[in-house]
Amino acid sequence: MKAKTIDRIATGIIYALVSVVVLILLFLLGFILIKGVPHISWKFLTSPAQAFIAGGGIGDQLFNSFYLLILTLLISFPIALGAGIYLSEYAPKNWVTNLVRITIEVLSSLPSVVVGLFGFLLFVVQFKLGFSIISGAIALTFFNLPLLTRSIENSLSAVPDLQREAGLSLGLSKWKTVTRVIFPIALPGIITGIILSAGRVFGEAAALIFTAGQSAPAINYADWNPFNGTSPLNIFRPAETLAVHIWKINTEGIMPDANQVSAGASAVLVIAVLVFNLLARFIGARLYRKITAGK
Amino acid sequence: MDQIKNELTHKSKASKQDVRGRTIAFICIAVIMLVVLSILFMITSRGLSTFIQDKVPVSDFFTKTVWNPSAVDANGHYLVGALPMIVGSFSVTILAALLATPFAIATAVFMTEISPKRGQRILQPVIELLVGIPSVVYGFIGLTVVVPLTRQLFGGTGFGILSGTFVLFVMVLPTITSMYIDSLKSVPRFYREASLALGATRWQTISRVVIRASVPGLLTAIVFGMARAFGEALAVQMVIGNAALLPHNLLSPASTLTSVLTTGIGNTVMGTLPNNALWTLALILLVMSLLFNLLTRYIGRKGGLK
Repeated sequence: MKAKTIDRIATGIIYALVSVVVLILLFLLGFILIKGVPHISWKFLTSPAQAFIAGGGIGDQLFNSFYLLILTLLISFPIALGAGIYLSEYAPKNWVTNLVRITIEVLSSLPSVVVGLFGFLLFVVQFKLGFSIISGAIALTFFNLPLLTRSIENSLSAVPDLQREAGLSLGLSKWKTVTRVIFPIALPGIITGIILSAGRVFGEAAALIFTAGQSAPAINYADWNPFNGTSPLNIFRPAETLAVHIWKINTEGIMPDANQVSAGASAVLVIAVLVFNLLARFIGARLYRKITAGK
Repeated sequence: MDQIKNELTHKSKASKQDVRGRTIAFICIAVIMLVVLSILFMITSRGLSTFIQDKVPVSDFFTKTVWNPSAVDANGHYLVGALPMIVGSFSVTILAALLATPFAIATAVFMTEISPKRGQRILQPVIELLVGIPSVVYGFIGLTVVVPLTRQLFGGTGFGILSGTFVLFVMVLPTITSMYIDSLKSVPRFYREASLALGATRWQTISRVVIRASVPGLLTAIVFGMARAFGEALAVQMVIGNAALLPHNLLSPASTLTSVLTTGIGNTVMGTLPNNALWTLALILLVMSLLFNLLTRYIGRKGGLK
């Protein structure tokens, strides 16, 4: 009888703790959306930020965030794909491979501020690139590489060996088997991994403060020549992203509506991450069905 | 005849392609290795220059409590005592992990032992969303909700270790939970069956068999959570008050290694002592992250399920 009472009490406590966790999330989402969404308007999303007066928007920051995200994925995906293919298909079981795995784990556990500082030291100071989009994109690549590599490796090794054997028995070389047989099957998992990592990159700020900088000089959206200083595509201009903007106005912002602007920007950020998560699920499932011809 | 000889003595096109592909894949790995090595090398060499170039005694750096790198004391020693930041970093990390662990255990146990179906449907998305919320958003909520709440409930300015703990608690909770779920799932099913067959209640099975068998996994999960908390920069920096003073209680403004770094590195000149001292803080962060890594490896090797 006693054991049963304890069982009930313990179960009750577990239920209570779990509901607290759920309530915390509901509160967080509710707070951000209720506070932020009313502030979101077309004007807020497109107009430039204001430093001293109310009514500033997040147009440039939003563009910078997406631009940095795309550049980061463009740089990190090929490297992560190569590394993932090597680890899952070619790597022999020896101490070198072990060392490689440990190194990747070390990189993934480094605090993002340390990665950002390294980017600052190498690109901003050493290579004299200054605070620029390209410095930021490379720093974010370092931050993104280990996770993306791991997710690609996992998707590749989840493909049954039967497929590899079938490819090899048809006389295909190993490389052909990997690129023509294994890669397409693993594609849904890989794309899910990319989109999830995009969500992380989109919200990252600590690695960007000292690489992409904390200022957003005026951008001329009519000028799409990447070599002009004010062009949105110029990769050598400093670029404050949305996440950095939220941090900045909360620590040293002096505009009267700093709170509303950060609430609105936070809501945009969270909604973007939500969309990335939903997309990852949806596209992953959709592609998987298409490729495996399942239902 | 020549053609056959050629085919036998030379590599085929496919085989050349294979070698090329393998090389490209290996180069990608080499790039990652190179990045990690140069991070370790550059941060270490910068971080050590406080001790080598500016001749600050190592013991002073870790035990003195006054942090004012641009000034010297009466004896001409630089005032670079990093103890306040080290204490700040460790206290928020340990407190956040202590606070998060019961919640993480409960959530993980709920998802694997009590109600896997509802757990999968409701709690899995909850955990994914908690992971997905960017750290600046946590910082913003900390600043607008947690800090005023702490001020009203406990007094003080609201900025301090307690607020930092609350913010980090929510941030490490999903990390610890999702890692612990994996380790609970790897406890063999027959452990549970054997325990239930002996007449144990569900809670007895959970507490004396399942959790007992997964202690190494739990420890690894907690260490991972702590590593995340230790390296978290902006969210903590926004709520901790940024006063490089030794905290005398949980409510007084304090600072962490990361908060001093983010606020300071832009305001100092490369190569000067105030700047070098900051790089030393970055080096401490790096070394701690390596130590956390080693610790999880050690736990995994010592206590893995056999």
